[in-house]
Amino acid sequence: MAAAHGIASGIGGIRSAGDLVGRMQVSRGMKTEAAKKYVADKLKISVADIADPVVMSEIREDLDLGRVNAVPGAAKGIDAKFRIADLLDIEINCVNKFKKRIQFEKRSKSNE
Amino acid sequence: MSKYTSRMGDGFSIELTESEIRKDIEDGMESAVKHGKVEPLTDTEIDHLLEIFKSPDKVVGVERGKEVILTYDSGTTKFKRVNVSVSKIQSLQIYERILGADTLELAHIDYSFKPVKPIVVFEQPILEQALLMTIPPLFYGAMPNLGLYSQPDGPFPNPGDLLPKGEIKEARASYDRQIELAVKDMVYVGSHMYEAGADGINFDTTAAAGDAEFYAALKAVEILKSKYPDICIQMGMASEFVLGMHGELYYDGVRLAGLYPQKQMEIAAKAGVSIFGITTNIVTNETLPWNIARAVTFTKSCTESDSIPVHACVGMGVGGVPLTLAPPVDALTRASKALVEIGRLDGL
Repeated sequence: MAAAHGIASGIGGIRSAGDLVGRMQVSRGMKTEAAKKYVADKLKISVADIADPVVMSEIREDLDLGRVNAVPGAAKGIDAKFRIADLLDIEINCVNKFKKRIQFEKRSKSNE
Repeated sequence: MSKYTSRMGDGFSIELTESEIRKDIEDGMESAVKHGKVEPLTDTEIDHLLEIFKSPDKVVGVERGKEVILTYDSGTTKFKRVNVSVSKIQSLQIYERILGADTLELAHIDYSFKPVKPIVVFEQPILEQALLMTIPPLFYGAMPNLGLYSQPDGPFPNPGDLLPKGEIKEARASYDRQIELAVKDMVYVGSHMYEAGADGINFDTTAAAGDAEFYAALKAVEILKSKYPDICIQMGMASEFVLGMHGELYYDGVRLAGLYPQKQMEIAAKAGVSIFGITTNIVTNETLPWNIARAVTFTKSCTESDSIPVHACVGMGVGGVPLTLAPPVDALTRASKALVEIGRLDGL
C-alpha cells in the first residue's frame, strides 16, 4: 500500500522535497499547500518543482540535505536534519536533543 | 453499452455501466449527506469521480502539482506482518529510501499503548538510533485500544458482558476506570518517546472501542500538549462514527457518542491534535464508487473548514479501499486520487 500511495499521491520523500514539506506540517501545523509554498520559497524554486526528483536531487546535493543514493561524505541522517532545521528556520526535536547530548552549546561557546 | 471494471467493497471485481457508476456515486454521497449532515458533492465533483472510475488504467494518480504528504500507521510492523526479516531501523530506511516516504513511523509489533509501556525503555534506543540515521519526520505510533483494559485482557469488568445484561451503570463505571489507566499509559509512552526525540506521536484507530476510548485519547492529547507545547500529535480515527458504548461522555461540552468526522475533527483540534486522520469504513456489499463517493463526501466536510491538516486513513477497509489483506492497486490508487483531488486532503 505504501508503494501504491507513494506513486499515486505522494510528494516523494527525500527523492524530492516531501520530507521538507512534511517538516513544515509537523513543526508549524501548516496545511500542505502553504507548506509547499514555504519550502519552495526557502529553496528559491517554484511550487511545481517541489515534487520533481530531478530538480530536487540537484538542490539536495548542493545544500547537502540528504539524498536517496549513498554518496560517500554526503549527509545521511542527523547531519542532514541540522541543515534542514537551519534552512527552514524550524526546531527539530531530535536535533535539539542531539545538541544537548553532545553539549553543543557549551562546546560552541568555548570555541569562541 | 460499455462496461467498466470496478470492484465491490470486499475486493471482488465487477463490471458496471456508466449510469450504474453514477448512481452508486450519488447513493454513496447521499449516505454521507444523510448520516453526517454534510454538504453534497457538486456536479463537477461527481463528474470528476465518474471519470476516475471510467479510466481503463490499472494505476491512476493525482495531477502533477497536487501531491500530498504521506504519513503511516503501524509503519515498521508492516514488514513484520509479511514476514520480511528486517529490523525496525532497516524497515524505516526502506520506507525512506525505496518507498519515497515523506514521514516515517516507528511502532511496536503489538501496536497498542498498553503493551508498549513495559518495554518503552527498549523502544527508546531504537528510536534514538533511527533518528540518527534517517531524515524525514519520525513519529512513534500506537493505538489507544481501550479493549485491553477490560477482562480478560485487563483488570476491569468487560462492558461487553455487562451491557447485554442491562448493567449500564456498572458498564459506565468500568469505562471510567479504564479511561484513567489508558490515559496514564498513553501519556507515559508518548512522553518517553518524545523525550527520546520523536517528531510526533500518532494515535491510531482512535475510538475503535467507542466514545470512552475517544475521551481517553483526547485527555491524553491534552496532557501531552500541555507538557510539550511543540509536540506534533496525529490522531487517526477508527471510524466515521463514534459508537456510544458509554453514552454519557462529554468533551468541552460536546457529547462524544454519535460524532461524525467534522465534529470529531473539531473536538480533536480543541484537545491539541495537530493532524487529523479522518476514517470512513468500507461497506463490503457496496461498490467502490459508492464507498469512495461516501468517503470523499465526509472528507470534504473536514477539509472545507479552516482547520488543522487532514490526512485520510486510506488502507485496508477504510477510505474506499477494499477490505482485503492485499488491496488491489487499481482500487487503492482510485481512492487515493479521489480523496486528494476532490476531498482536498493535506495528506494520506
